[in-house]
Amino acid sequence: MQKRYAHFICASLLSLSAASPFAQTTSDEIAKYREMIADGNPSELYEMAGEELWKKPAGPKQATLEKCDLGLGPGVVDGAFAELPRYFKDTDRVQDLESRLMTCMQTLQGIAQADVVNSAFGKGLRKDIEAVVAYVVTHSKDMKINVPATHPKEKEMVALGKKMFFFQGGPMDFSCASCHSASNQRIRLQDLPDLTTQAGAALGWGSWPAYRVSSGEFWTMQRRLNDCFRQQRMPFPIYGSDVTIALSIFMANKGDGGIVQTPGLKR
Amino acid sequence: MNTIYVRYCTAAVLLTCLSLGAQAQTLDSKFDAMLASGFTAQGIAGLDRLKQDPIQALCSDPEVRNTPAAQKVLIEEQTKAMAAIKPPTDGQYLGSWKAGEAIAQSGRGATWSDTTKAPNGGGCYNCHQINKQEISYGNIGPSLTGYGKTRGNSEAILTYTWNRINNSKAYNACSNMPRMAHFNLLTEQQIKDVMALLLDPESPVNK
Repeated sequence: MQKRYAHFICASLLSLSAASPFAQTTSDEIAKYREMIADGNPSELYEMAGEELWKKPAGPKQATLEKCDLGLGPGVVDGAFAELPRYFKDTDRVQDLESRLMTCMQTLQGIAQADVVNSAFGKGLRKDIEAVVAYVVTHSKDMKINVPATHPKEKEMVALGKKMFFFQGGPMDFSCASCHSASNQRIRLQDLPDLTTQAGAALGWGSWPAYRVSSGEFWTMQRRLNDCFRQQRMPFPIYGSDVTIALSIFMANKGDGGIVQTPGLKR
Repeated sequence: MNTIYVRYCTAAVLLTCLSLGAQAQTLDSKFDAMLASGFTAQGIAGLDRLKQDPIQALCSDPEVRNTPAAQKVLIEEQTKAMAAIKPPTDGQYLGSWKAGEAIAQSGRGATWSDTTKAPNGGGCYNCHQINKQEISYGNIGPSLTGYGKTRGNSEAILTYTWNRINNSKAYNACSNMPRMAHFNLLTEQQIKDVMALLLDPESPVNK
């Protein structure tokens, strides 16, 4: 049995090394990895924890999130993420999933938004939100991205997000567009989606949040954007700020009609 | 930005122009407010990084930047950038290609998780193919493999390459390449080392 297993590994290694190093891009490797663990994306662990958190009384009010309105009515999780970010009448704001969860935690559970904003990714209340995000996005998997941005406030946020996308600053003059406005571009071996096209935006927006193999963590879109800004050499984007929501609705609206592939699996 | 809208106004289209200008102004002021409330300073990445210089401001607007009025300003900025480039203090353009390779490999520096204690990298391989032994290279910039071999190292090539690395915007104001000397991303010695990586006949780039 062990011998057979060893043969299998040798054959696999051979088939890996036989390919040209130039054709063997990181994305090919990741595609293989995705296939290998198709039945078990580690995001599932976060999703399960998130479902528990959704149904568990918490905060000063000891309430659950089960009445949280993510846009399709109180407590409706199925398909909610596919239509985010969107305008919410009660807050009179366009909100993404994470800022909306902060609203629900505040109104339903009595947890102050500042406590979430001031914690760090992967820690404390933020870690809880990340798990709930995994739960919510999984319930829109394989649905169509439906962010037509018809409300005037949504339209305005798309326009602001576009300006943010092209905004250059910092000591390297980078904007999002420096890396994400042409097709077939790479940083090192990392493919960069062209977020100015429908297909590219659907791919970029539609595959986050995702489990990141390199860091062994589940990354929400807020965290993804945070690290983009870090690499742009910009100052630190505030969690759930309009800057991050504007960029999110700009991408989601551009990718409208594409497929929600979340939770994704990334390098 | 508003001056550009205004310059395009002729009597015939004044009204339309004014209303477009007003809309743009509203969006601009909302954008400024969004920017001001959207970030905090962290480590070495201060809020001053959101204050754009004229090049950053004009290159940020894809619709405006190709207009004749914007182009005129950008050409003036290129001229200024060129005039500000300092030649090497000792007249020597080439340092050590080995040190240059290490600088080209490193993408570190200038983020909020970096400090000023460690030297910055050039991040060259992020966007360029250079030494063909390194297969992990980006393609946002042109391939530089064989750079010195195909161009030689005449005075003209030396100064052009020096200028490009020091301040790429001296040739193309909206170039994607960081202004390495202008923002003190690399020291003079580091730039000499990267020059050697590209131009030294002994460098693997030219083998």
